[in-house]
Amino acid sequence: MALNSGAKVGSEEIRPTFAHRISTVLYSKPKLRLRLLLSAPVIWLGLVYIAALLALLITAFYTVDSFTGNLQPGFALTNFISLFTDSLYSAVTLRTIGIAVGVTIIDVLLALPIAFFMAKIASPKLRGVLVISILMPLWASYLVKAYAWRSVLSNVGIFAWLLRPIGLDTPGYSLSGAGITLGYLWLPYVILPIYSSLEKVPNNLLEASSDLGSKTWGTIRRIVFPLILPGIVAGSIFSFSLTLGDYITINIVGGANQMLGNLVYTNVGVANNLPMAAAIALVPVIIMFGYLTAVRKTGALDNL
Amino acid sequence: MRISKSAKVVLASITSLILTVIYLPLLIVFLNSFNSSVNMDWPPSSFTLIWWQKAFSSTGLIDALSTSLLVAACSTIVALVLGTLLAMALSRYKFYGKNSVSLMIILPIALPGIVTGIALNNAFRTMLGFQLGLATVILAHATFCIVTVYNNALARLNRMGKNMEEASADLGAGIFTTFRLVTLPQLVSALVAGGLLAFGLSFDEIIVTTFTAGGGVQTLPIWILDNMFRPGKAPIVNVVAVFMVIVSIIPIYFAQKLTSKETKN
Repeated sequence: MALNSGAKVGSEEIRPTFAHRISTVLYSKPKLRLRLLLSAPVIWLGLVYIAALLALLITAFYTVDSFTGNLQPGFALTNFISLFTDSLYSAVTLRTIGIAVGVTIIDVLLALPIAFFMAKIASPKLRGVLVISILMPLWASYLVKAYAWRSVLSNVGIFAWLLRPIGLDTPGYSLSGAGITLGYLWLPYVILPIYSSLEKVPNNLLEASSDLGSKTWGTIRRIVFPLILPGIVAGSIFSFSLTLGDYITINIVGGANQMLGNLVYTNVGVANNLPMAAAIALVPVIIMFGYLTAVRKTGALDNL
Repeated sequence: MRISKSAKVVLASITSLILTVIYLPLLIVFLNSFNSSVNMDWPPSSFTLIWWQKAFSSTGLIDALSTSLLVAACSTIVALVLGTLLAMALSRYKFYGKNSVSLMIILPIALPGIVTGIALNNAFRTMLGFQLGLATVILAHATFCIVTVYNNALARLNRMGKNMEEASADLGAGIFTTFRLVTLPQLVSALVAGGLLAFGLSFDEIIVTTFTAGGGVQTLPIWILDNMFRPGKAPIVNVVAVFMVIVSIIPIYFAQKLTSKETKN
């Protein structure tokens, strides 16, 4: 640190500027350096964001004075009780979970063949092209994709045009319309982890299985499936959690149907009942937490 | 395991069918932006450029676009500063609570947007006493953009190692000089990639935005959401949708290119 303390170098004297002094002090104090690096981001993320999340958790136990509309601090389970007893809330909670489960199952069923084709059948060159074509739509805005389905599902849209001649009809703006759109939105998130886990399954393992007399289906069931299960679970985490928290898609293509997110939105806005909104918002978080704990053993979390 | 030829054909056709379905809706939005029917009747009976004309002459739309660009630019800058500081701290130091800090960085993007949205809404209004507006949107966006900058910078810093920085210090450079002449030049392409991703993330975001924007601020996604259900406005929404896909794909394309070039080297 000779330069910084202003010693002579050659014949030239370097005068310590203010920046030099700070640099010298910082150099000798790594802990101070670390604190300075961390202070701004940790103040922001910790003191605002984490504090906001904790406050949300606490607010869920507050109530709202129905007369003045003011928050009443306290520890009341009222909000959580009405989540299960109020017929609107419990119906919406069950519907949201139902849609999330349905979307996840459909996405996994669609992802398996395409991931298998990509990982085990396609040539390396085609594989690269396929991975990029699956990734590309992920970059397009989520809102735009949901909106795109609004025109596809519309009464005068392409679904109606394609399906009416064969005696079917577009599902229109309904729960199934919302299910299709959500399944569409999260499909790439499900394909990619399944694909990467399939890619890691060594081909000679499959050959060994067939050499030992196993039929194709037996190999898939007994060798491939257990090996790619973490990938499937990882994919399902995405589609499940993203569906649980969604409220834009159901607004755009779901008609008048509501999901948990809508209830949160109306309770923050129109109903001005933040505690209820907080309690509802915790439902997806709690469900996801339970799901993540349940699947931790499969090793799926390393596949995210 | 032997896969029969017919099974291969079936799998190939499922794959191409799914890929078609993945691209079809986006293609339809593109075509509908030229569809002369206000209700977007399919198939289009004739094509027109009138919606594109109307979109570019709508002042509300231009305002929303400039708001979106401003929000994305500002939150990217905040995310760049905070993300770089975090990456330097976590890559160069060992300290108590390191895991909690890295969890804290991922949390805003790992939790459902609606949870982050109302948490920040509550924090801004009741804890900090802010009026919801442009500043709160920028802060909210910066919060979930930090992670993209952080991830890119951290990966680069770990790959760089400490040798060069130590050599620089041994040769007499102070901390700031080392950062300016040794660390930053090696870090800059990772920061550009992370910044581009942050920009794209912010430009597209809708859920957290609806909770932190208040009444007066209209970003492009909010404009789309507001106008989507208005009769007669849907064709212009198509134009904006096409435009948004293009604007969000360009930065991400370059970010991807930067990172893939680097992993090859």
